[in-house]
Amino acid sequence: MSEMYHIKQLSIFSENRPGRLASVAKAIKDEGINIFAFSIAEGAGYGVIRMLVDQPEKAFAKLHGMGYIVRYTDVLALEMEDRPGGLYDAIAYLGEAGINIEYSYAYSGRKCAVLIIRVEDIDSAIEKLLASGTRLLEMSQFT
Amino acid sequence: MVVWEPRIENMPPEELEALQYRSMKTLVYRLYSFSEFYHARMRAANVHPDDIRSLKDVTKLPFMSKKDLRDGYPDKTFAVPRKEVVRYHASSGTTGKPTIVGYTKNDIENWTNSLARSLTSIGLGPNDVIQISNTYGLFTGGIGFHYAAERIGAAVVPASTGNTERQIELIQDLGVTAMAATPSYMLHLGEVAERMGISIKNDTKLRVGLLGAEPWSIKMRDRIEDWLGVKGYNCYGTSELSGPMFSECSERDGIHIWGDMAYVEIIDPETGEHVAPGEKGEMVLTMLQKEALPIVRFRIGDITSIDPEPCPCGRTHPRIRRIFGRVDDMLIVRGINVFPSQVQHTLMSIPEVGEHFQIIVERKGTLDTMLVKVEIKKEAFTDNIVKLMEIRERIAHRLKNSLNVGATVELVEPGTLPRYEGKSRFVVDKREF
Repeated sequence: MSEMYHIKQLSIFSENRPGRLASVAKAIKDEGINIFAFSIAEGAGYGVIRMLVDQPEKAFAKLHGMGYIVRYTDVLALEMEDRPGGLYDAIAYLGEAGINIEYSYAYSGRKCAVLIIRVEDIDSAIEKLLASGTRLLEMSQFT
Repeated sequence: MVVWEPRIENMPPEELEALQYRSMKTLVYRLYSFSEFYHARMRAANVHPDDIRSLKDVTKLPFMSKKDLRDGYPDKTFAVPRKEVVRYHASSGTTGKPTIVGYTKNDIENWTNSLARSLTSIGLGPNDVIQISNTYGLFTGGIGFHYAAERIGAAVVPASTGNTERQIELIQDLGVTAMAATPSYMLHLGEVAERMGISIKNDTKLRVGLLGAEPWSIKMRDRIEDWLGVKGYNCYGTSELSGPMFSECSERDGIHIWGDMAYVEIIDPETGEHVAPGEKGEMVLTMLQKEALPIVRFRIGDITSIDPEPCPCGRTHPRIRRIFGRVDDMLIVRGINVFPSQVQHTLMSIPEVGEHFQIIVERKGTLDTMLVKVEIKKEAFTDNIVKLMEIRERIAHRLKNSLNVGATVELVEPGTLPRYEGKSRFVVDKREF
């Protein structure tokens, strides 16, 4: 039942060389897909591009067809208030509940600010967060 | 099991040696009398055909190398008048001036025959459809297989290289059962087929790969077999042999070098002396029946060893083990000999990476640095950057253990490292000495 809070993020393996990101961005543009949030994690000589888009399946198929390694990763999207202290309020509970963040990034949406987090045990995190009154966005809100 | 020429292929070893000696003697007399090049060579080495009194006396003859063919461009090393030459081929000349090789009618016949024996020893025959995906033209790769496949009565698809989608269609539509190609092309074909939604293993009749022209490992062979359902047979030949080519038999345990056509020696590349029987060293070949362009004690530059055990297939001709590397591919990094084949072998033991790689050697100050680029497999990709780092470090650790010299490892996207449809080029050496 917590399935609806699993947000399908695209993770793309990319070599760290000029033009790689532009090539991904152009492919997404050509398909008419909108990007909500986006981040790059830097390894040694390569990176992982992570993004949330409005049509994940279409983006996956396009990038896969171009030969990119793409994978879905389930992340959580926490609603934050777009005001000073919004981040603190959203995450204050996480440490208490023993939820460890593998990585995280955020964006400021039209209605609210959103914090994306990747955790190890997503279902137990959902349970704890909902119990604590944290508002989680549903996948349907992204598509 | 059918044998193409049982009288020759199953000849008792003593008889084969006697035949080799007679052929060697005839060859040396002929060259001393009719070839300016060889006459001068033998005079310079102070050896006369009369000095060859046993096969062992072959060591009295001087070595020759690719340089002699280059210096003799186009046909100064030929030993027959032009009217007897029926064909020329040329090497690509990527490592210097091109070399020309020539053939008489008999040379073509021997070439065809050598491979007719090989194809038969693999179990191929008139019921097979053989696609030749080696380059046709000046390169000798394609046309030798072509003649031999026709000779044994198989149907030939002369596809040559390139246009992989079309090649896959032909394999499906014509029911191709065997294919001659480089092992890296075989893997490339598998990748392209997968992208087209075709499984070579389940959707085609392709079962045999006649693979060669570049170094490859047993693990690569296993991968081709598991993934594509294609049994790979190691084939060996170089343009300098101008003709005869050799392959593994159905046992897949070493390449039979037809002794009536070629005499093999294994030497230490430094000293030029024979290594102990069964030891690894540089292969030296004398082609016993070549007419147009005879080669005597030719230093091919490939590192291998002779398997002295008799082959269970019943053929008595000596077998060489896999080609371990090239004398000139050998890199010296911080004073340590490194063969690209060792790198390949190590990488094949790591499930997260593919078989394509590139070694880049640079010199920073006085220190050599070695970078190994390797393609990560789709299935191994994880969103977790720490786990990716671990894969990288594990590869670096294994390389260090097997090479005794440290290397930096870089993970790259699949399909981005260069694939060569001819010989693979694994090494980029940017050092200036």
